[in-house]
Amino acid sequence: MKENKKTYWKGLEQLTNDPEFVKHADQEFPGFTSKKNQSEDGGSSRRDFLKMMGFSVAAASLAACEAPVRKAIPYVNKPVDINPSVPNYYASTFASGGDYASIVVKTREGRPIKIDGNSLSPITQGGTNAIVEASVLSLYDKARLTGPQINGQPAEWPALDAELGSKLASAGSIKIVSNTILSPSTDRAIRQFAERYGDVELVTYDPISNYGITRASETYYGSRTLPSYHFDKAKVIASFGADFLGSWISPIEFARQYSKGRKISKESPEMSRHFQFESNLSLTGANADYRTPLAPSQSGLAVLSLYNMIAGKAGAGSAGGANLDVLHLSRAADELWANRGNSLVVSGSNDPNVQVIIHAINELLGNTGSTVDFQNPVYFRKGDDQRMNQLVSELNSGSVGAVIFYNCNPVYDFGGGQALADGIAKAKVSVATSEVKNETASLVQYLAPDHHYLESWNDFRPKKGLYSLAQPTITPLFNTRQAQESFLKWAGNSNSYYDFIREDWQALHGGLGEGSDFQSFWDNCLHDGVYQASEAEGMEGEEETVSAAGDISAAVAAIGKRYQAQGSGSELVIYAKVGIGSGTFANNPWLHEMPDPISKATWDNYLTVSQKWASDNGLQMKEGATQMANVSANGVSFTVPILVQPGQAEGTFGLALGYGRTAAGRVADGLGVNAYALLNSSNGYVSYDVTEGVSVSLSGESYRIAQTQTHQTYMGRNFVIQEATLGEYKEDASAGRYHPEIYKDGEFVKPSKISLWSGHKYSMHHWGLAIDMNSCIGCAACTVACQVENNVAVVGKEEVLNRREMAWIRIDRYYSSPETADSYKELEEAADNPEVTFQPMMCQHCNNAPCETVCPVVATTHSSEGLNQMTYNRCIGTRYCANNCPYKVRRFNWFKYHDNKDFAGVNTAQNDDLGKMVLNPDVTVRARGVMEKCSMCVQRIQAGKLTAKREKREVKDGDINVACAVACPTEALVFGDMNDSNSKVSKMLKIEENSMEAIKEVNEERAYHVLEEINVSPNVWYFTKIRNKDKNEA
Amino acid sequence: MQVTSPVRDPLVTGGKTYKDVTNDIARHVEGKPTVGWLLGLAVSLGALLIGSLALVATLWEGIGMWGLNKTVGWAWDITNFVWWVGIGHAGTLISAVLLLFRQKWRTSINRAAEAMTIFAVICAALFPLIHMGRPWIGAIWALPLPNTYGSLWVNFNSPLLWDVFAISTYFSVSLVFWYIGLIPDFATIRDRAIGLRKTIYGALSFGWDGAAKTWMHYESVSLILAGLATPLVLSVHTIVSFDFATSVIPGWHTTIFPPYFVAGAIFSGFAMVLTLMIVTRKVFKLEDYITIGHIELMNIVIIITGSIVGIAYITEFFMAWYSGVAAEQYAFVNRMFGPYWWAYWSMMTCNVISPQLFWFKKIRTSIAATFILSLVVNIGMWFERFVIIVTSLHRDFLPSSWVMFYPTITDVGVYLFTFGFFFTAFLLFAKFFPVINMAEVKAVLKSSSEKKIN
Repeated sequence: MKENKKTYWKGLEQLTNDPEFVKHADQEFPGFTSKKNQSEDGGSSRRDFLKMMGFSVAAASLAACEAPVRKAIPYVNKPVDINPSVPNYYASTFASGGDYASIVVKTREGRPIKIDGNSLSPITQGGTNAIVEASVLSLYDKARLTGPQINGQPAEWPALDAELGSKLASAGSIKIVSNTILSPSTDRAIRQFAERYGDVELVTYDPISNYGITRASETYYGSRTLPSYHFDKAKVIASFGADFLGSWISPIEFARQYSKGRKISKESPEMSRHFQFESNLSLTGANADYRTPLAPSQSGLAVLSLYNMIAGKAGAGSAGGANLDVLHLSRAADELWANRGNSLVVSGSNDPNVQVIIHAINELLGNTGSTVDFQNPVYFRKGDDQRMNQLVSELNSGSVGAVIFYNCNPVYDFGGGQALADGIAKAKVSVATSEVKNETASLVQYLAPDHHYLESWNDFRPKKGLYSLAQPTITPLFNTRQAQESFLKWAGNSNSYYDFIREDWQALHGGLGEGSDFQSFWDNCLHDGVYQASEAEGMEGEEETVSAAGDISAAVAAIGKRYQAQGSGSELVIYAKVGIGSGTFANNPWLHEMPDPISKATWDNYLTVSQKWASDNGLQMKEGATQMANVSANGVSFTVPILVQPGQAEGTFGLALGYGRTAAGRVADGLGVNAYALLNSSNGYVSYDVTEGVSVSLSGESYRIAQTQTHQTYMGRNFVIQEATLGEYKEDASAGRYHPEIYKDGEFVKPSKISLWSGHKYSMHHWGLAIDMNSCIGCAACTVACQVENNVAVVGKEEVLNRREMAWIRIDRYYSSPETADSYKELEEAADNPEVTFQPMMCQHCNNAPCETVCPVVATTHSSEGLNQMTYNRCIGTRYCANNCPYKVRRFNWFKYHDNKDFAGVNTAQNDDLGKMVLNPDVTVRARGVMEKCSMCVQRIQAGKLTAKREKREVKDGDINVACAVACPTEALVFGDMNDSNSKVSKMLKIEENSMEAIKEVNEERAYHVLEEINVSPNVWYFTKIRNKDKNEA
Repeated sequence: MQVTSPVRDPLVTGGKTYKDVTNDIARHVEGKPTVGWLLGLAVSLGALLIGSLALVATLWEGIGMWGLNKTVGWAWDITNFVWWVGIGHAGTLISAVLLLFRQKWRTSINRAAEAMTIFAVICAALFPLIHMGRPWIGAIWALPLPNTYGSLWVNFNSPLLWDVFAISTYFSVSLVFWYIGLIPDFATIRDRAIGLRKTIYGALSFGWDGAAKTWMHYESVSLILAGLATPLVLSVHTIVSFDFATSVIPGWHTTIFPPYFVAGAIFSGFAMVLTLMIVTRKVFKLEDYITIGHIELMNIVIIITGSIVGIAYITEFFMAWYSGVAAEQYAFVNRMFGPYWWAYWSMMTCNVISPQLFWFKKIRTSIAATFILSLVVNIGMWFERFVIIVTSLHRDFLPSSWVMFYPTITDVGVYLFTFGFFFTAFLLFAKFFPVINMAEVKAVLKSSSEKKIN
């Protein structure tokens, strides 16, 4: 190649040898010199470029991220009682439609977040039920009215008062419609209102009426009283359709009493015997020792037959009437008679004639005064069905000037609701005080919304001589006003209701003549939530009771006419579910997601049919797949899905109240059918039985009911359910126990003797849970309590159908298989009238936990106190732990359940801004893709330990309790430290003293581990189920 | 090369010369894509595209898009995972174990089998990744990486972690093995090519010069890798089986799982190799290299492994009965007569009964019958995993939690995605890479080729 001698200049600068150029000639980018570097090395380096670029990229990406808007505002002046992260507890009272519970409200930073039972209350004794537990969410319900309205237009209170005051004055006759009012001060406020306007009448009805009993008391004893019942004192209980553990009058109280009579130990191996005669399989029937399915058309005669049998023994004459041959009835008569004075007969019928006979039976048995107490009446049900019916016709005739609906919703929950709806329009003035624009409130002119009960002051008198208070736990969220204050305002009294109550209590205090000053008396009552007047007469308005027994012949004659020995073969029994109840609180997703204790169905109203009917009609229910049925009864036709219910009396159908809401809010509206429309009160009382003219046929349309448990029986697996009869238990305390043994080195040993693991040692605490299956009635209060406490997501019907409910604690409900069953196929079927066993199931906190070993990222680990704990932040969601959990208690977040519009309609507590106020700030709301499960309320354990530490003491037994155990009305769940030999749980389990070992020597014969043979060594113990019967069926 | 008895059937028919071998195999790489290939690619890409919708839905919305529930926490995801891993067994078995045993017939099938292995393992590895609730962190946290979370390590007790190691090791070794085998052939193509193609294949062939020393290195590396890979063939599926065997669930908790899973894996792997090879030999006209003899030998492996699997099934039942454990006994009765009886009997028919047909020489030397049976075996093996995973989980200890599992369209979609990926990858491989190992076939050509009859 020819040598090239050409010179190429970079520019004129080079040609002219410009000194500036020469200086930078060796640099790559001479043009980009920065000022700073110019002085040092005279240029920017590649590093600078990279730095600049890095910064720009970082800055650009940071700027692209939207900074979250945080709305937390610090206290300027901290309220005295409110410390961030420290909960405050206020005693209060839940009362609705005559249902009553004394409660303690937990508030955090001024927000009520949890309701526990008040153990100081002699009525509910610390127990709650599902509805009470869930009622805290109704405070944060978006369906609540945010202020008064006139003719559907938002208004101001003064305008409403002014307009209404003049209208009421000229209205003429004024009717106030209400559910049972337990509050003496409310009564007085209404009386003041009545004084002001003259022609005012309070008409009381109850959605779930027990008018029959009060009416019968009037007939039989001459006083319209509802007695107190004492199930704990009864050695023999016979119930005709009274679901006293689920929905009858005061289930929390009765559950507590009932369980007291059925707690057994080796020292006192006695328990009550319970006969139940009913059509639907109720929660109470599921707990009965002997249960007889009985059609409602026969029930009156069955009661009469019992009367006759007992009268025969008592030497009194038979009352006549057909003597019905009912299974177990004569046996019940024998045993009731043998335990006279300590037995109890109740009936759920609303027919006053039947209740007269029940009164007479208890009178014959000498139970009046012991288990049936008319001297200490309760005021839970004051409803008068007859008067309410009259009101409906008065309204329709236009003779009513003004009607005020005080916190009730009769258009929805009264039998004559439709007629009432028509009548409201005919009244000149109509007012409602409901918190929600419900079916009734949406028809009235004036809406004066009441506070939620957690925002209100109130007082209650549930029982003679017993008082309780309700106090606000939060400032009213909306522009609402306490209804009583509205009444006072309209009566021209501008006192606050708080002062008004205090006036009453001042009178009570004065009447009691106690030495202390009123303020401390008041403070004490407010602190305790309840006040028991000793002997003295309380406030005015208490009725004296009588004891003169009356005549029953009229009742006998009426029963003879109304009931038949042979059922019509097609009868409908309308009942209240444990979770939904009357439907007042139906707009609460927690209650819909709670599986019904018996059917395990969620989010639905269905017609329960017997297994025989199903097989006769060729219906098979598998995995919730069923058919719709066309039903017509009492002139109403509708379609509902069918649920095949073992235990349903042949020829009967069951349908629940509380569904078919149209103006309750987005959760409840449109769910199921309204069974109130079927209620008939032509006989002078609301009848929950339709014995004639019921037709049910399959529509052929398929449907799926979302059940959380679709397999009914426990397949004879004695490693799951261990049970015995009382007789067997008396002979051998370990009766019914299954002792698996494993062959090793020439001998059979307990599974716990063989382990791969070196075992844990718990030097401080060792938390454990003992569950008495004899006490658990399956009421599901614990499941809702857990949902509230632990921010458990609600997933809605679709996801329950996909078998993805999130409950941390569930109650497994097993039916017995037919006695003849001997193959797997037959074992899968439930008996026609099965025995029922409830088994609460939650994380068993295994000491040799199968979940812990398989997690690849150690997201689930064992604590030094025996807990199996989940680290949500570490979980990557392989679900291996859930697969390997033999109890299947782990729950996976399949979707993002919070802040997700797909779940906003059902999971209100984690989606709307109002609902989120209910969340427990101590518990993380779990993200999508992580596993969760029962933590044994580790936040409560931690809080209890910290309190003890702050007070420089050791943790005492009872300081810490888990949400499920707190809620339990029957004390079936006992939580405590198994390292503490004085703890209740250690005593129950009879644990050897001072053992720090994970594997405790438990000496209680009834205590067992579910799946003992796989030796996962749980910290949850179950106590065998003991039935008080001659022999167990399968 | 060792001496081969002349009475043995030839491995390469048609009296091929070295040049013929090169021409026959390299021409597919060099020529224009055929219509059949394009069609196949279109279908595969279509499946990949439709499947990716399901994959995106899963990643976007969550695992809830699948049919899983509170009791059945794994179903199609892990079924597909085990199934693909099983398929991925044949490649290494053929290339490593058969190499160590000096089985010459492996030379014409090992390349495709290894490629299949790589793609199957990729498909398999997808499932453990996406089945996680939070794959965005799970993919990192499942590895024992030093971190700033205190000294937070993975759980070495967990079989899932062993899986991570087993699969990744297997994948790496298989990939290296496969690639090293490809180098001499890439060089062959490079030497015949011009232009861009020469550059690409030149790069891929890593400067292969064909010197004796290079060949020596090549042989030693092959042998070493074969030695390393052989235990992996056994270990991967053994460890996969530990996912189940170390658990407490009846139907999973079984000590027979490791050998049973390995046999099953080889069984399904060979079936998949047959499916692919029968199509490839037809499309690429490679009948002289992949002969009936090859197919028959592979069918014999299928009879053996299928019978092992059958014995394992029966042994499980015997153990359930013999154990006297009620839950265990129920789990197996439930497999046969429970709600998923059809899955069980599909498995039994496809895996145990149908391979027995290969006892008939007529059937095992029939291309059509082999093709059909190879599909049947793979269907059966999918059902085997489904039976083990789903029917064991859906009814375990507590009857209250017994449920049914129903797959959703997303489950199907994700499975389709892996098929789309697998066939797309395989078709691209078949077009751009030499499907038969030219170098190794040439090595056996002298000893095992049919002499040309002039």
